[in-house]
Amino acid sequence: MTFSKELTKGFIKDNPIFILVLGLCPTLAVTTSVVNGLGMGFAATFVLLCSNIIVSMIKGITPSKIRIPVYIVVIASFVTIVDMVMGAYLPGLHKSLGLFIPLIVVNCIILGRAEAFASKNNVLMSIADAIGMGLGFTLSLVVIATVREILGAGTWLGFRVTPLTYDPMLIAILAPGAFITLGFLMALINMVKEKK
Amino acid sequence: MGYIGEIFVMAMTAIFIQNFVLARFLGLCPYLGVSKKLDSAMGMGMAVIFVMTLASAITFLINKYLLMPNELMYLQTIAFILTIASLVQFVEMVIQKNAPALYKSLGVFLPLITTNCAVLGVAILNTGALRSDGVTAYNFLDSVLNGFFSGVGFTVVLLAMAGLRMRMEMVELPRSMKGMPIALILAGIMALAFYGFMGFKI
Repeated sequence: MTFSKELTKGFIKDNPIFILVLGLCPTLAVTTSVVNGLGMGFAATFVLLCSNIIVSMIKGITPSKIRIPVYIVVIASFVTIVDMVMGAYLPGLHKSLGLFIPLIVVNCIILGRAEAFASKNNVLMSIADAIGMGLGFTLSLVVIATVREILGAGTWLGFRVTPLTYDPMLIAILAPGAFITLGFLMALINMVKEKK
Repeated sequence: MGYIGEIFVMAMTAIFIQNFVLARFLGLCPYLGVSKKLDSAMGMGMAVIFVMTLASAITFLINKYLLMPNELMYLQTIAFILTIASLVQFVEMVIQKNAPALYKSLGVFLPLITTNCAVLGVAILNTGALRSDGVTAYNFLDSVLNGFFSGVGFTVVLLAMAGLRMRMEMVELPRSMKGMPIALILAGIMALAFYGFMGFKI
């Protein structure tokens, strides 16, 4: 187990969304545009990084019976920080992510990494794990958001990428499009895995 | 419109128009995870209705009488998630002791509910802080009813999904579409059907 291996496993091998299928609620809800996906990804990465550090630091003194409530309090504190900072400096993004900022608390990826990794490994490894998983999550969000934004609005990161004659399929950025896009992307990944 | 009418509108909104799973994207993990069999979907649905109703009541009281008078609104997320976690634990203990039969059917689903974002979601939506549809904060009875109806909405689509997935077992599918991908596409088609309800003005 090396630092770089922990850092990179989140991108493809243990990708939290496409392979582990965790944290689907924010994934489907915020990927209407690439900007929202990036915002959500970085917010979750920050919370994951901080909570992994703290959980790893207190692993020796946490009684195992009440460890889950302890982790939840740690995570909820950092979510509150993100919520307030984002509300103050990025009010537009804060508004479009809305309910899903406080709901980072119940994102299974973060609690899952605290339980499965940070509570058993040292701080340095936990940092690598958090960055890798967080960026893997962000990357997946951006991939899904890219498909949905280009199909549904004809833009990428707000810039027009399709010819003017392209009539955007509004369905892709509505709720049904979220499920269908993720379904097809997962099938595509399964197909690539089988080919190997 | 009388109060009964208002309750009817709230029920229709929570179950069909703004369905928690298909329109708001809340509670997707159990929706995709526990929808393989009809009876476990039923158990999960009942547990969610129960916890969401109770959690709506308790978080309302905490918000109104503990957080708001002391200007501690920034602690909302922490206070709510702790309340829900301890509530679920408490309910589990009470049911285990007093209703072993019920515990047998609901027991396994209760711990999963703590991290079901629908429960925290309904608690936060009830406070009115993040509602986009312009509805101001609910009073106590409204909150409890909204929690109940949202839970019912969750259960309705969970059961429908379980029924569909049981039939899909018999269908010949390309290997890469099996499992999660086809479940997501089914959910998408179901969301499309529910999208039709959005046109209703009641």
